[in-house]
Amino acid sequence: MHTVSMSRFDRPYLDDPPERLQLDVENVSLSFGGVRAISDVSYSCYPGEILAIIGPNGAGKTSMLNCICGLYRPQRGRIMYGRHNLVTTPPHHLPKIGIARTFQNIELFSHMTVLDNLMLGRHVHMRKNILQSVLYWGRAEQEEIRHRQFVEHVIDLLEIQAIRKKQVGALAYGLQKRVELGRALAMNPGLILLDEPMAGMNIEEKEDMARFILDINEEWGITVILIEHDMSVVMDISDRVVVLDFGLKIAEGTPDEVRQNPEVIQAYLGEEEPA
Amino acid sequence: MTVSQNGVFHQTYSSDQQLRPTSWQRYRIVLVFILIIVFPLLVGNRELRIANTVIIAAIGAIGLNILVGYTGQISLGQGAFLAVGAYSTGLLMHQGLPWWLAILVAAVITALFGIVFGIPSLRLKGLYLAVATLAAQQIVGWIVRAWDPIDGKTDGLARELAIPNTNVVLGNRLNTSEITFYVVAMIVLIVVTMLATNLFRTHIGRAFIAIRDQDIAAEVMGVDVFRFKLLSFATSSFIVGLAGGLIAVHSTIISFERFTIEVSIEYLAMIIIGGLGSVAGSIYGAAFIKILPEILREIGTIMTEQGWLDAAEFDLILPYIREAAFGLAIILTLIIEPEGIVKVWRDVKSYFRLWPFSY
Repeated sequence: MHTVSMSRFDRPYLDDPPERLQLDVENVSLSFGGVRAISDVSYSCYPGEILAIIGPNGAGKTSMLNCICGLYRPQRGRIMYGRHNLVTTPPHHLPKIGIARTFQNIELFSHMTVLDNLMLGRHVHMRKNILQSVLYWGRAEQEEIRHRQFVEHVIDLLEIQAIRKKQVGALAYGLQKRVELGRALAMNPGLILLDEPMAGMNIEEKEDMARFILDINEEWGITVILIEHDMSVVMDISDRVVVLDFGLKIAEGTPDEVRQNPEVIQAYLGEEEPA
Repeated sequence: MTVSQNGVFHQTYSSDQQLRPTSWQRYRIVLVFILIIVFPLLVGNRELRIANTVIIAAIGAIGLNILVGYTGQISLGQGAFLAVGAYSTGLLMHQGLPWWLAILVAAVITALFGIVFGIPSLRLKGLYLAVATLAAQQIVGWIVRAWDPIDGKTDGLARELAIPNTNVVLGNRLNTSEITFYVVAMIVLIVVTMLATNLFRTHIGRAFIAIRDQDIAAEVMGVDVFRFKLLSFATSSFIVGLAGGLIAVHSTIISFERFTIEVSIEYLAMIIIGGLGSVAGSIYGAAFIKILPEILREIGTIMTEQGWLDAAEFDLILPYIREAAFGLAIILTLIIEPEGIVKVWRDVKSYFRLWPFSY
């Protein structure tokens, strides 16, 4: 394992580099009882890009992410990640095929340290069984140390060295968001889903987070799907944008195309009353 | 806030991941081992018997803490799990198994039993799961009262199962020679403590804690939540089964009165007072709960000797005082230090590390 000579930006490969596959959302519909959260939405996310999903509150953005990572099962449509149909994949298999996510309201393990949270990201890559675990002998210890090395690279990238032994629950909000990104990165994903990574942050924290997102996309080559409300961030960092409104896809394209789209303007600004 | 010792600089991850990185911590554990060895030489048979009940309770509490404190699955079935361990040990000894093998097999049986009663945890959380585990308590109680595999009678004779006289180590019976039992049980406790501590240094232990803190996030992080809940039930019940087995070989006869719902609650009190999600806390809590009644009895004896209290009257009210004392202890823990005795001890250590400064 290469350690000292690596730059902060070099992606560590402990296991095989994850495949970067194309994500195809095909005619997905999701309803809760009579409420249609998503109606017949299709789009693709190409390997290596940053795709932003935007839309007003209640547009179905988070539901969309929950469908991709298997927490919700859409009633109609397919979500293909390469050859994997995500609609039928149980959530805990997603890390194995290289998909990681963060949550809108931080869902860290608040009683664990930063380090343990990140180490949990390595969970699917660890092999030892319960007997080896309780003995913590030879191979089991080596496995922990090997994965610790991987996690330390994530810590370096996100500049959270100083807090690695701190309990997550005691950290400031902005740092927690960063740790959550770190936990997703520790899974060594090919595609990462970020649900409002900058919500509730101040300008500096937002700039840091934007920098980290660009780093993991450009240096580590991870495909990013991003939900975000801050339009300046979205327009600056994303390659393409998908706009949802009331569960319908109303636009898709580059930030500039979307900005000009009359339907998007209407959804965000409302229509002027005809005089 | 917990303070760690200053001036410790780790150069490798393996030294950083040590449980006791500093030499002071190692001296302290050596001191504990010396105390463990010297203790039976210093005290009488009665104190040794109390120590033995503490050891059994500590093993059981570590088991329960893995399930409740670490994985967050509330269980009211501790008494039943202990009973399965104890009765299985007794019955297997009747089949001619040596006592130690009987205990190990009984622990495996208890683990399987735990898995079965862990299945509701797929759908149920919190209080609802607690009620489901209460079913374990009732079912085991009913089986023990209704079924007697020894003589085939169904009149509830199995409530009192005599332990065969094969529980012998080096010519000493475990239920009569307290010192022999002390050695055996202490070895089990030390092994269980080490294994449980190691478990939470690895990904399996982390997965348990993750399920407790955020089960949906854990699932998305690749933890097969249901499988790991069952694994937690199995691990926990295995250890509780060991405790049950030790109860069996420590007794002449075992009866179901020792495995009732009150026992389940007593064990919950141990881990709450000692510290949820802490192996050391389980031991402190077990010691507290088992020694408290002895202290009460001691106070009562002094009071009757002084003539302030009638001896017969005291024996009558002692059980009630005991329950009240448990309740008071839990309430005081929740008000003063919800993280339990283990947190108090940590604060004491931090205080002396910082002394003479306050922070």
